[in-house]
Amino acid sequence: MIEPLDQRTPPMTPQLALRVAIVGGIALVLFALIFFRLWFLQLLSGTDYVAAAQTNITRSIAVAAERGEILAADGTPLVTSTPVPAVEIAPPDLPTPLTYLNFQTAIAKDEGLFGRLAKVLEMSTKPERCGYTVYGGLKGPVTYYPKLAKIPCLVTQSIANQAYANVTIKTGVVTDVQDYLAERQVDFPGVVTQEVYERTYPHDTLGAQTFGTLGPITLAEFDSAKKGGVFKGAHETDVVGQTGLEYEYDQDLLGTDGAVRVKVNADNQFEGYAKEKPELPGDNLKTSIDLQLQKVGELALAKSIRLNAGKGADGGAFIAMDPDNGQIYAMGSNPTYNPTQLARPISTAAYDKDFRDNKGKPLVNRAIQTPLPDGSTFKVITATAALESGKWNAVEPFYDNGEFCYPGEDPTLPGSCLHNSGDASYGSVDLERAIQVSDDVYFYHLGYILDADPTTHPNGGPLQAWARQFGIGQPTGVDLPAESSGTLPTPKLFKALWTEERQCDTATGDYAYTNGQGEVSATKLPGYTLSPKHPAVIVKDQIVSGGCGIASSPAWGAGDNVNTAVGQGDVQVTPLQLGVVYSALANSNGAVVTPHIGEEIIQPSNGEILSKFDPAPKRYVHIQPAYRDDILAGLHAAAQTPGGTSDDVMGDFPLPVYGKTGTAQEGTAEQIATNTESDYAWYACFVPASATVKRPIVIVVSVEKGGFGDVAAAPVAREMLSEWFSGKPGPYKLGSSKDT
Amino acid sequence: MSTSPIQRSEEPGVQMRTQLLRIDPLLLLAGIGLSLCSFVTLRGAGFHSYADKQALYSVFGLLLALLISRFDYTVLREYRYVFYGLGIVLNLAVFAFPSIKGAHSWIPLPGFQFESSEFGKLLLIVSAAAFAVERSRRLSEQRTVARLMLLALLPAMLVMAQSNLGTALVYVTVGCAILFFLGTGWRQLGALALLFAGAAVIVLVGAPALGVHLLHGYQQQRLTTFINPPATCNSNNPVCYQLHESLIAIGSGQKTGLGAAGATQAAYGFLPVPQSDFIFAVLGETYGFAGAAVVISLYALLIWRSLVILTMAKNLFGTLVAGGVLATFMFQIFLNIGMTIGIMPVAGVTLPLLSYGGSSVIVTFLAIGLLESIHVQASMASSGKARVLIV
Repeated sequence: MIEPLDQRTPPMTPQLALRVAIVGGIALVLFALIFFRLWFLQLLSGTDYVAAAQTNITRSIAVAAERGEILAADGTPLVTSTPVPAVEIAPPDLPTPLTYLNFQTAIAKDEGLFGRLAKVLEMSTKPERCGYTVYGGLKGPVTYYPKLAKIPCLVTQSIANQAYANVTIKTGVVTDVQDYLAERQVDFPGVVTQEVYERTYPHDTLGAQTFGTLGPITLAEFDSAKKGGVFKGAHETDVVGQTGLEYEYDQDLLGTDGAVRVKVNADNQFEGYAKEKPELPGDNLKTSIDLQLQKVGELALAKSIRLNAGKGADGGAFIAMDPDNGQIYAMGSNPTYNPTQLARPISTAAYDKDFRDNKGKPLVNRAIQTPLPDGSTFKVITATAALESGKWNAVEPFYDNGEFCYPGEDPTLPGSCLHNSGDASYGSVDLERAIQVSDDVYFYHLGYILDADPTTHPNGGPLQAWARQFGIGQPTGVDLPAESSGTLPTPKLFKALWTEERQCDTATGDYAYTNGQGEVSATKLPGYTLSPKHPAVIVKDQIVSGGCGIASSPAWGAGDNVNTAVGQGDVQVTPLQLGVVYSALANSNGAVVTPHIGEEIIQPSNGEILSKFDPAPKRYVHIQPAYRDDILAGLHAAAQTPGGTSDDVMGDFPLPVYGKTGTAQEGTAEQIATNTESDYAWYACFVPASATVKRPIVIVVSVEKGGFGDVAAAPVAREMLSEWFSGKPGPYKLGSSKDT
Repeated sequence: MSTSPIQRSEEPGVQMRTQLLRIDPLLLLAGIGLSLCSFVTLRGAGFHSYADKQALYSVFGLLLALLISRFDYTVLREYRYVFYGLGIVLNLAVFAFPSIKGAHSWIPLPGFQFESSEFGKLLLIVSAAAFAVERSRRLSEQRTVARLMLLALLPAMLVMAQSNLGTALVYVTVGCAILFFLGTGWRQLGALALLFAGAAVIVLVGAPALGVHLLHGYQQQRLTTFINPPATCNSNNPVCYQLHESLIAIGSGQKTGLGAAGATQAAYGFLPVPQSDFIFAVLGETYGFAGAAVVISLYALLIWRSLVILTMAKNLFGTLVAGGVLATFMFQIFLNIGMTIGIMPVAGVTLPLLSYGGSSVIVTFLAIGLLESIHVQASMASSGKARVLIV
């Protein structure tokens, strides 16, 4: 029987065979594809994926390392770290993760979390003015003032600084709150409770500017750390020193955070512990600071400023150092601030109240960052230059009739004659006497004869050469950041300043464009506009009115050298630089020492000294012993013989004191014209090693707008000398000499 | 009307034994092997309850397969209308029940979630094959191709509406395979291919440009993420994230895997749907390249045997049924594995026998049973035919 069509076994037609082959071929190709892909994934790239799997499952919780302490010379802690429980926010882990790119717009999305956290921490949720500055980008630094509640404000400020560290929201949190937050990780994503170290200052405001401040490392700092430098080896989340000793010695003070690694699942829930990395505390820095001397100095300076506030005194600084090796015993700056305020999260309102410019810029370290004309204290350099250059000798008599007139000029014209302070005249004086009474006319004369032809001596004559030897116009090399170099006037400098002045006046060259915030540029950078002009009226190469105030004439004249000789005009010196000058005179071999505060790095666990600091002097000033003796005689007479400018303050001090007063005048063109400039008081003194069995000391005091040097600055030095040599400051000795 | 073919008379017992002995052992081996791998992988990943249930389903499925292999599959031809209708009804019935995870795919039965689209697959294969056989003589007509395609498209649309794009595409592939093995001309096949390409362009590009979205957002995202993967994957793009995690899991398995204890990605919840869609990634992580190679070899075996059975089928109906089953196996295997290793877009199709799922396992074993039946009948027919010829 023939089978029905559909029941017959169909023969394997070629057509079907082809189709089967095609399908078989497709299957083969696909299998091969899978095979090779797996080979690639598992055998060739396997290790990458293993690492990725590990990253998925582990989370690192940083364990804060203790920062090293800063110690006084006798080991007393000056700056320490205390562990405090803190609540922090990790911006990348917030419900809406916040980064530098989105924080300005996305901060509102995490409001819910911030609100709940604020409730728990009893912080206000009321939006307040919050200031933050965004750096970089096309417009340069731009400051915004949105209204944000406390917590989002802190987060915003931190992210704006491009800091990757966790944002500290509150420190000193009670255990109950810590536990509450720790148990509710799921409800508070991005909130971290852990122990952090807070910088503590057992001595309040003492040495605030010298010790410096801390802050989370910014992106720019972290980038530079990769190339080395102060922050080498720091991590993105580290809190590092930003100013002062904390910055300079950050490498040693900074500890290395440890990590506790926990295993988590996809819901960030705890699954177990993984390997730990122990934290490494930072090393301690021992300084040469003498705690008592520092205290006395700061109190005395503050008192002097208070007493002279009527004249306008509003700030000052002092340094005390060892003239033989440059160790700094004390360094103070006024006005000052309480560093504890900056050790914790601070609100914009509080920062504005205490730290803005209108509060006298307390963050500035006036001992090294505020160069000013140092007045008569400069005269020792003038004397040295005059003697060593052979232009004058110590015994040659000079008749001081009360005025110095520029030879060859009509004495009746204004400015052609200069007078002593108080119009005194001292008659016949030699070098020693001239220093003792601080005879301006004598030194105007020396300045005049030391002047050199500006065309053949663009860098100045002997006066400038010796000033450079003593370190004027150069940084001292102290171990603190942002030291000012000061200014030493030379013909070359004047030309450069004049060029700048004219550029500023006509808004050309380097002054063509400005960003409106004090910076200028030759090319049109983004955010910069054309600078305004400051037309100047110029008569005979001299600006008589208008201008920018950078320079009034390109010409170098004898008058400029005369001004320099008495520490006036364009000379600018910091208290520390002056300290180095007087140290070179005080020590027996003319060493221009390199001042330093850091002495040793110490291992905190066992006290082992890891490194010592003993920088060599920059150079030696070779003054003939006879000349040096003359100058020292003058200084001694000035401090401790009747008629000396600081005799009323130092006269009865039990040890030989060598000291020089200084009163510099500085002001705007208007003030100069109306004779209403401010007086900047200076006093520089020393007790050399040869005079005592205790350690020798050089002290320089500066009181800005404080009046006469003997009145405002010398008493401060006297108290410090008393403290140093007898252990107590003694009564405040008010000076009265109106000598400059 | 069909009549029974001439059959040799034998004692029933011998007949049965002979029948049983005529099953394809390799195909069965593949099925059992894959079930075992599934059990071991699920146990290893810590899914003990899933593993136990899967074992139960596998055993049940195996028994069903053996049972089906006893019967002549050809009788199913008579019920083509019933099967087709049942398939439509089942795929409609799901809408009466609440959706699970946004998909209307299941009919809840006591103790078992009945996934209509899975069973519908098999019903479609059988009924479509039967209809095709009927029209095999009128192959050259346009209407044949069109009608058969529409036949497959109707239930496919229903499955699409259930939000199951992957399985809908399986239905379409079944239709294409049956046409292919039926002997449809190349020109007509070409035209069909062009049509599909055009439809894809319209759905993916044209309609969205006009504001009409035929695909769900996540479905669109799956395809675009595959074509244009973003540089970094985070929680904003779950598809990319899924793929990323899958690669991490598989890659970290390396040669022999991290073992049950070390396979963290699945256990800690980083792999999505680890027990079904991404079971291969779990396998890759736990047993490495070695484990993956074993499973892939078993699938190769499965496909090879399906091809062989297809060629040896005693009638056109058998060929077409085998073709439909082959198509569904190939599509699911390559799409699922391809997805986990990043060479295919993410799609929700299960890996036959390896993925956890009662309906999927049972339907696969039913399909294997059908194949075995075709094999048995074919071997019996060829031996019978020989004898008839001799006699």
